[in-house]
Amino acid sequence: MSKHGELGLTDAEFELICQKMERPPNDVELAMFSLLWSEHCAYKHSRKLLKTLPSEGVRVVMGPGENAGAVDIGNGFSIAFKVESHNHPSAVEPFEGAATGVGGILRDVIALGARPIAILDSLRFGELDTERTRYLLDGVVRGIGHYGNSMGIPTVGGEIYFEPPYEQNPLVNAMCAGIARTDGMVRAAASGVGNKVVLMGSLTGRDGIGGASVLASAELGEGESDKRPTVQIGDPFEESKLLECCQELLEADLLVSLQDLGAAGLTSSAGEMASAGGVGIDIDVGLVPLREADMEPFEIMVSESQERMLAVVEPERVDEVLALCDKWQTASAVIGEVTASGDFRILRGGETVGEIAVDALVDGCPLYDLDPAEPPEWIYANRRTIDSTDPSQILLALLASSSIASKQWAYDQYDTLVGSRTAHRAGDADAAVLRVPEAGRSIAIAIDGNGRRVACDPYLGTIEATLECAANLACVGAEPLGVTNCLNFGNPEKPTVAWQLSRSIEGLGDVCRELDLPVVGGNVSLYNETPSGPIYPTPVIGMVGEVPDHTKSAGRPWKAGDTIALVGPLNPSLAGSELEKARGELGSGLPEAEVGAIWGAVGLVRDAVRSGEIETATDVSDGGIATTLAELALTAGIGCEVDLDPVMTVHQLSPEDALFGEGPGGFILAGHAQAIEALGGGGVELEIIGEAGGGTIEISAGGEQVRVLVAEASAAFESLPESIEA
Amino acid sequence: MIWGVLQFPGSCDERDALHACRLARVEFGDQARLVWHEETDLSGLDGIVIPGGFSYGDYLRAGAIARFAPAMSAVADFAAAGGPVLGICNGFQVLCESGLLPGALLTNTGTRFICRQGELVVGEADSPFLSRFEPGEKISVPFKHESGRFYAPPELLARIEENSQVAFRYAPGQNPNGSLNDIAGVINEAGNVLGLMPHPEHAVEAFSGSTDGLRIFQGPTRAAGPVGVAA
Repeated sequence: MSKHGELGLTDAEFELICQKMERPPNDVELAMFSLLWSEHCAYKHSRKLLKTLPSEGVRVVMGPGENAGAVDIGNGFSIAFKVESHNHPSAVEPFEGAATGVGGILRDVIALGARPIAILDSLRFGELDTERTRYLLDGVVRGIGHYGNSMGIPTVGGEIYFEPPYEQNPLVNAMCAGIARTDGMVRAAASGVGNKVVLMGSLTGRDGIGGASVLASAELGEGESDKRPTVQIGDPFEESKLLECCQELLEADLLVSLQDLGAAGLTSSAGEMASAGGVGIDIDVGLVPLREADMEPFEIMVSESQERMLAVVEPERVDEVLALCDKWQTASAVIGEVTASGDFRILRGGETVGEIAVDALVDGCPLYDLDPAEPPEWIYANRRTIDSTDPSQILLALLASSSIASKQWAYDQYDTLVGSRTAHRAGDADAAVLRVPEAGRSIAIAIDGNGRRVACDPYLGTIEATLECAANLACVGAEPLGVTNCLNFGNPEKPTVAWQLSRSIEGLGDVCRELDLPVVGGNVSLYNETPSGPIYPTPVIGMVGEVPDHTKSAGRPWKAGDTIALVGPLNPSLAGSELEKARGELGSGLPEAEVGAIWGAVGLVRDAVRSGEIETATDVSDGGIATTLAELALTAGIGCEVDLDPVMTVHQLSPEDALFGEGPGGFILAGHAQAIEALGGGGVELEIIGEAGGGTIEISAGGEQVRVLVAEASAAFESLPESIEA
Repeated sequence: MIWGVLQFPGSCDERDALHACRLARVEFGDQARLVWHEETDLSGLDGIVIPGGFSYGDYLRAGAIARFAPAMSAVADFAAAGGPVLGICNGFQVLCESGLLPGALLTNTGTRFICRQGELVVGEADSPFLSRFEPGEKISVPFKHESGRFYAPPELLARIEENSQVAFRYAPGQNPNGSLNDIAGVINEAGNVLGLMPHPEHAVEAFSGSTDGLRIFQGPTRAAGPVGVAA
């Protein structure tokens, strides 16, 4: 195989590089091209689609193209946030893969000048009955906890699904939100010819060479353990010092710009800084503090050693910058300079070892059109795990199913409190709520993405995921300010995946445009595919919303005597549901979603929570109305008596549809009868379906009857640790 | 009171502790500032908090490197002179490593980091930090740590119990880490140094579900009393 082929470049791409350079690249240059022209860095199969997403909004402070997006929350403060994947590293080495995934997303937020205040994670694994899944789950959860806990940044929420298509290719998406003074935020663009380039943080070693960029830009095959050396090793202590150091550097106004080092290391961070600033940059690899003395120039340029940041500094401030780094015991060195050349020049001592035009390296990669084709039939394997048709038995089985059962086992391993902001911890409410006293308000954060439903219909499934995220925010009284996303898909060169990806992005764009939700940043992870096929198409949607008063953010269990209402245009169906999965009957297609009507319900719920009159609110999601009611009952330790007949009549439902059907746009609210009744009459569907009380969950639908003791439901819901320790 | 909260590279809960110190006796104008790990002059401070986190990355063993910090020699002098010193979580580990408190903290029996709200029972110990509690009282504070299993060899453990040096025990059935005798916190023999694994600084405001932790910070008072008012 040709050298460029081994590095993942096609012959045509190599030809283009030779043309742009007017000569063949040398080894250093070829290594740099191979990384920046990889899928992971160049988004060559997704950039054309991503450009269609709306990114403008009155509250948007920073949008796509920066290290993270940011929205204004008032009083001079902004929230920076982003979600990013670390899927393949976690498949190969779950602890370090997940830990460095968290480390990486934290640095993206730190690079904007923000202090991270919250981490959320969206995780996907195969079914828990395999040893591999239990090994991956254990390592990933430990890795996330290790990094976040050690950094003193709370992990406040997230979601975990277990589905067979993720068995060999788990997903580890980490989201971080940070707070910054809006006028103190910093961009990544290098500027000021003659300004110095300072590298801060860990020493540069041979770890992670070709890690994220090569590992993340091809399918996983056999012998993945051979790739273990390409996984980076995290050191949260270094990052903790780097965070505090960057905060002090920015407070003292010592930096012109700041950028983290992630995939492709110095090559991408210095290249992107130069590209964004329209300048050239010289980097002398002889000045880079090294962990191993004999590293080659190309190794230094592509090393993915963690916990490093790159800053542009005016020459007269350099001494102050290095002194602050010394205070925090973080290594630092001037390694280069901003130039007017427009070239990215690599030197060793005085000798030039590589020279590439910045625009050819950073923006020269060809962007590809996809060749989408809808598959004629359902492409994923089905598996039957439930035979019963008795609704009580079905309810207990769903509550105990791995994707629905309580994830407290994982949340218990995360510091959810540090920072003294967490008003709703992971698992307490539909979204995490964090106090931001600096800005005189709170924020809510949620992350959602049901890949199974997106597999059923990529367009509608993505719309549902976006609505679900907004619905979760509404349940704590939050209005969304901005959207971030991580698009996890299989190999985009295959027509089916290309179709999933393009339909999904269309759905995301359409719903965000309709609801005026700006997409301020995101990440794409492709090639999540093994010889057994692609993962479910999994767009993970993250949102940050504003909560005026955290004491009015619901998240409380219902009380005996509370009136229970179903709110919104939910039209439940078994299509794509947990029950359909358990019966091994999944197939293509989802019912249409009435986005406008759903948005009306979202607004009603948000206002009801904000008024403080309603303290129990949750959206109907996995497992349908019966499962949602059971979760509310077991949280409160108080049962309920509910009649779904009126709901069945309105939407012409079968008993199973009413009990276990899923779909967007439904909420369960509970509270005083007067408070619930006062919500009606505004054009949003509202049906009073029952009352909280007693020790039994009783739900009738048509002739069918659920009758389950709260204690039994609780035992089923809390059963995950047994499956994990099995 | 003017509190000093130590800050090591790798500290995590120092700002939370600062906040708790300031909140403790707002009416008396209590203040707090961070004390950098290289500082050796603690003059002007009435109390010291060693906060939670992972000082110097907690490499080697939790708290093992921090005991050699310049600020810790000053803290030892401060404690010897009778000044109130509170070590929380990593701070407790540092105090044990420094020999300012008896015992050691080992990895939780479950080998995992745990974070959950739990209950403590206040011990019989005589300490200014406990002056606002009744012995036997139950309080609610969060537990969060990976190396919180209190251990002392049998003779030392017996002495700790005989001297009534146990400040807090995990409530029956709630010991999260395998600590001997359910011990969650201990004082020194003089009573002016308290270390505990649970986090009182995260139970000082209503939003967190409990304000019981605040009373630990309200315990020590400067002889002068309220600012500008004679005691």
